Amino acid sequence: MTFRAEVFVTLKAVVNDPAGLTIKGGLHALGFDSVSDVRAGKYLVVTLEGDDEAQARARVEEMTRQLLANAVIEDYRIELQPIAEPVAAVSPSPSGAGPVGGLLA
Amino acid sequence: MKTGIVVFPGTWSDRDCAHAVGEVLGQPARYVDHRETRLDDLDLVILPGGFSYGDYLRCGAIARFAPVMEAVTDFANRGGLVLGICNGFQILQEARLLPGALLRNASCEFRCEWVHLRVEQSESAFTLDCRPGQVLRIPISHGEGNFFADPPTLDAIERNGQVVFRYCAPDGRVTAESNPNGSLRNIAGIANARGNVVGMMPHPERACEDLLGGSDGLAVFRSAIHALARVAA
Repeated sequence: MTFRAEVFVTLKAVVNDPAGLTIKGGLHALGFDSVSDVRAGKYLVVTLEGDDEAQARARVEEMTRQLLANAVIEDYRIELQPIAEPVAAVSPSPSGAGPVGGLLA
Repeated sequence: MKTGIVVFPGTWSDRDCAHAVGEVLGQPARYVDHRETRLDDLDLVILPGGFSYGDYLRCGAIARFAPVMEAVTDFANRGGLVLGICNGFQILQEARLLPGALLRNASCEFRCEWVHLRVEQSESAFTLDCRPGQVLRIPISHGEGNFFADPPTLDAIERNGQVVFRYCAPDGRVTAESNPNGSLRNIAGIANARGNVVGMMPHPERACEDLLGGSDGLAVFRSAIHALARVAA
């Protein structure tokens, strides 16, 4: 089965986030005075194979622990969904593969 | 002192390191490809600065899994001298050979300037030639050098004497103004508990000749030579 995992990586609450602070400053400059905090993070979409959802989730947990997030400074959240098998043959995507490793920073 | 200088895709300070060690200090040096798995011929391994693997995901995160890093870890665990400079420091942290992490500079700016460093630990392999409290003038060149560790880790490395360098004023005072990137406690460089692995954000290899604006960086490499002589004695 094919699964699509969304991995949300954010800095731990105790870690200062200069990018988030700068974005907050930009929002204030635009007049969005109601904004009290902005935290910037990373969003990754990983497409992978697995026998079932539990196995796929375990794999994504493991790859996130090893590489996608740094436990010293970051927390993460994973959302996983099966991708429906195509009913009929689909035409190949125009440019072949997507981004290397499916990483979207 | 046979020195290996590791080159990852995107490393940019490898030739500066080879020049400092090979030409200025006259020590044998060779480049180490990121796919190599044997470092038996070396006394010192340098992980130079740069943008390994484009710094994608996190600085050093991909380099940490390059084939050579298993050999670097074994080399360090056997007591071999390892110096991580800038991106090399980030890689050593990702590889968990050094504690903490390096965040984006508090200013969100890439900072390229000369800074002053106070030597906090003169017994590490890379500061043996320095006096405690000595001030070195060495340039930085980074966007992610903001040292972070959680409070227990921070206290532990302070207690163990693992803080090697702190950003300071020219007279050695550790001040907020002299901190170029927001590093906790002005930390610019740290060692592992054993003292054979050191990571530092400033670039000693770019401060080895007066022609380049200063030669204080030589102390870092000369210290390694003396550390090896001490082991051999």
